[in-house]
Amino acid sequence: MNDAMDPLVRVRNLEVSFRIDRDVVFEAVKRVSFDIPQDTTVALVGESGSGKSVTALALLGLLPPENSIIGADSEVLFGGGNVLRRSAPELRAMRGADISMIFQEPMTSLNPVFTVGFQLIEVLRLHMGMGPGQARKRAIELLDEVGIPDAEFKINAYPSQMSGGQQQRVMIAMAIACEPKLLIADEPTTALDVTIQKQILDLIAALQKKRRMSVLFITHDLAVVGEIADYVVVMLNGEIREQGPAQQVFENPQDAYTQALLKCRPQLDRRPMRLPVIDDYMDGRTVGSRDMSERRRGVDPDDAIVLEVNGLGKDFYSREGLFGKRKFEAVKNVSFRLPKGKTLGLVGESGSGKTTVGLTLMRLHEASAGEAIFEGRDLLAMSPKDFMAYKRRIQIIFQNPYASLNPRFIVGEILTEPMQLHGIGGSAQERTELAFELLHKVGLPEASFYKYPHEFSGGQRQRIAIARCLTMKPDILICDESVSALDVSVQAQVLNLLQDLQDEYRLSYIFISHDLAVVKYISDQIMVMNEGEIVEIADADDIYRNPRQPYTQRLLASIPKGWQGPRTA
Amino acid sequence: MIAAARTGAIPHAVSPGLWTLAWKRLKSDHVGMVSLAIVAAFIVLMILSAAGLIAGDWAKETGVNYAPPSFLGADIEAAVQKAAVTPAAGTAGEPASESEPRTTGVDPAAGAVPEPKDGTQPADATAAESGGDAGKSVDPLADVMADIKAGAAREAAKGGAVVAQARAATLPLGGDKWGRDVLKKTIKGSQTSIFVGLAAAAVAVFLGTVFGALAGYYGRWVDDFFNWFYSVFSSIPYLLLILAVAAVLQQKGILTIILILGLTGWTGTFRLIRGEYLKHKAREYVQAADAIGASHTRRIFVHIFPNVSHVVLVQLSIYAVGFIKAEVILSFLGFGVPVDVVSWGSMLNEAQNELILGKWWQLASAGTAMALLVTAFSLFTDALRDALDPKLKGRAGT
Repeated sequence: MNDAMDPLVRVRNLEVSFRIDRDVVFEAVKRVSFDIPQDTTVALVGESGSGKSVTALALLGLLPPENSIIGADSEVLFGGGNVLRRSAPELRAMRGADISMIFQEPMTSLNPVFTVGFQLIEVLRLHMGMGPGQARKRAIELLDEVGIPDAEFKINAYPSQMSGGQQQRVMIAMAIACEPKLLIADEPTTALDVTIQKQILDLIAALQKKRRMSVLFITHDLAVVGEIADYVVVMLNGEIREQGPAQQVFENPQDAYTQALLKCRPQLDRRPMRLPVIDDYMDGRTVGSRDMSERRRGVDPDDAIVLEVNGLGKDFYSREGLFGKRKFEAVKNVSFRLPKGKTLGLVGESGSGKTTVGLTLMRLHEASAGEAIFEGRDLLAMSPKDFMAYKRRIQIIFQNPYASLNPRFIVGEILTEPMQLHGIGGSAQERTELAFELLHKVGLPEASFYKYPHEFSGGQRQRIAIARCLTMKPDILICDESVSALDVSVQAQVLNLLQDLQDEYRLSYIFISHDLAVVKYISDQIMVMNEGEIVEIADADDIYRNPRQPYTQRLLASIPKGWQGPRTA
Repeated sequence: MIAAARTGAIPHAVSPGLWTLAWKRLKSDHVGMVSLAIVAAFIVLMILSAAGLIAGDWAKETGVNYAPPSFLGADIEAAVQKAAVTPAAGTAGEPASESEPRTTGVDPAAGAVPEPKDGTQPADATAAESGGDAGKSVDPLADVMADIKAGAAREAAKGGAVVAQARAATLPLGGDKWGRDVLKKTIKGSQTSIFVGLAAAAVAVFLGTVFGALAGYYGRWVDDFFNWFYSVFSSIPYLLLILAVAAVLQQKGILTIILILGLTGWTGTFRLIRGEYLKHKAREYVQAADAIGASHTRRIFVHIFPNVSHVVLVQLSIYAVGFIKAEVILSFLGFGVPVDVVSWGSMLNEAQNELILGKWWQLASAGTAMALLVTAFSLFTDALRDALDPKLKGRAGT
């Protein structure tokens, strides 16, 4: 860091509001001030709704003009002027050339009908005024620089012919094509698998050093921040809670919220009985007052087995040619035993077939092979009529709490419907009372009964989804990425809730996730999957301490470690 | 059941649902509210007229032939009257001595049509005035005319004053060829047109929704079947299809038009709803419904349908507009309502002859009423769509 030099960007009293309605205005960013020094990586950290992305858009002058209001004394000083007061042509010249941005979803940021080369060359020709031949040569160099193998050939590929990681590399190549002074990366690795995330983070760090540019890295994940940032800005509800050099923020956080963020996330080396939640810190309760004893995990050989899966397979067919079919084996010969009251963690990268296993066990997909023995009967071979009786015994909590609740039902209807379908509770009155009881159990107020799902936050919705499963008193609960879409603080609350329920009802969980830290925290036994097959299955602690398979080792090595002490630059 | 439990057990205010919120947004849309008021006014008019409270006597010939609108004034009226009546009856029709030339004019046709005993004018006039196309007046309409005459005769017997009643020289919005009040005709015509539009839209949207839901939800061969059906339907030119259905149904009448429009118009809704169901059936909340054991029927109608109902509603109002226009076109072409029923389309059909004579008021009233309703309905539909899908509004604006 060069403190002596003038900072590259100076943000002063940035205030952004959005008009939602004629008379409702939402304050997204409230008088925020920070600097982005030259040749530095600044991380903007916050949970959803903290205003971090809005801040980045303001830097680029990309706020939607029709409904955004910028404070009168707000300033974003960059290149000798206030970005917020620039005209549209000036902004256009600035974007791409001086400041560029990479987005979260590489799949939707690239135009699918043009080759990546075409899109990259277009940027070079527009902003750098290069000729066609020169631009093509430069494009190949750039692809090479961001680590696309065989760039000469890949320049003619369409985005769909590349993997997610490669697409994100192309986006980065486009962003650095015009040698910007500032690169804004908005959650650039959130949509990627953990091994790819590691590569992209390394790439961004390497490019930053090599080109001596500044990077504004926006993320919700403090572990990622610890790996990459020199300087950290923590935001909450549009305000800056804390800012400072990474070392200071990580080793000696001053603000309660920062402390909470650092502690709420499950850590690989510890497993407390309950995860601390944000409120513990915000209310000023001291850390020492809570039960900090470690929870013991693992499967005993004499545990009762509630579900035994043998040789489970699932094929998908895609049409090829006029009559041909191509078989794709999503799940191949998967066998495991689920003990009562324990959690089986299922980890793997996208496309590993872990979700398919869950859906097939629920019979939401029809299995192609194998059996699932539950109480001595094969669930997969039953007629749909017979299965109806067992349906309520195995339930699933989906990933996206915004999508898994019917928006046209009030919570009461969502909760009473399954009871009605399965004849639980004698009368409507009784079912209603049961619903109230469950709402209480998952920590929601009674008034929630009359509300629609859209009135709840993500974490609350996931609680409703959990309550819906509990109405049927299941034996097995499949959690399909159930906490992945949630903010760190909420994630901790939901994980605690799941744990409490397991302790109380002796539920068995199949916990599917790509997040290795979360799986480590909640699971007794872990099953690692890759390309539809089981790579390794062992007790949670064993697998992290002593991974046997190379794939598992690679997966574990990619987990962001967070702050590991000052890096030597 | 759940609703009962909810409302019965708990004295608690249920949170505003989608419809309440949409209504709130709609209320803040001035254009939408004005158009809603206009549409509502038309519908009230339609109901009143259907109940016989207003415009029940639209067929009564209260004015002189081609009585001009009152606001045109008497002097112009006389000139117009002269010019108009001369070619038709051969005598100059002075407003004062009007009843006499009329009776003489009736005579030639008297032989062709059975005459009621007291010889009141209504039907005779029809025959006389349309003397040019006498063939039409003789045969197919004989029954209808007899009915009308019998009705008129009954009325005359009751009141006894029909013949003696003086005909008005001017009418609020003018009169038609037989001196019927155009205002009343327009009101009565709106009853037919709006009813046909709404009912046909309901039939078409119902068919489209059910077919689309089944095709989109079940997919596979069910989808193939409906798509095949859809392709066949949409490959036939629209008017040809209408004529074909009309030929099969073999009779004219309001019900026939509703069926024609309803049976041929479902394709657009089908495509839209099928797409919505394709999208929704893969959503997690539907999978969740499957997981808790909801049946297919329950998933289609209880879970997914409320989530696409706003599309259905918007389709319904778009179709209502389209079908009001379609009814007018059909009637204009002569495939529409029977002669003893008035609709905007039949008014416009009459107007094409009148226009040559310079009698524009029937065209103007029917045209204005239709334009007003259709515009208001379209604007209301837009406002409705914005209110139901507020995200769309911002996107369309930019």
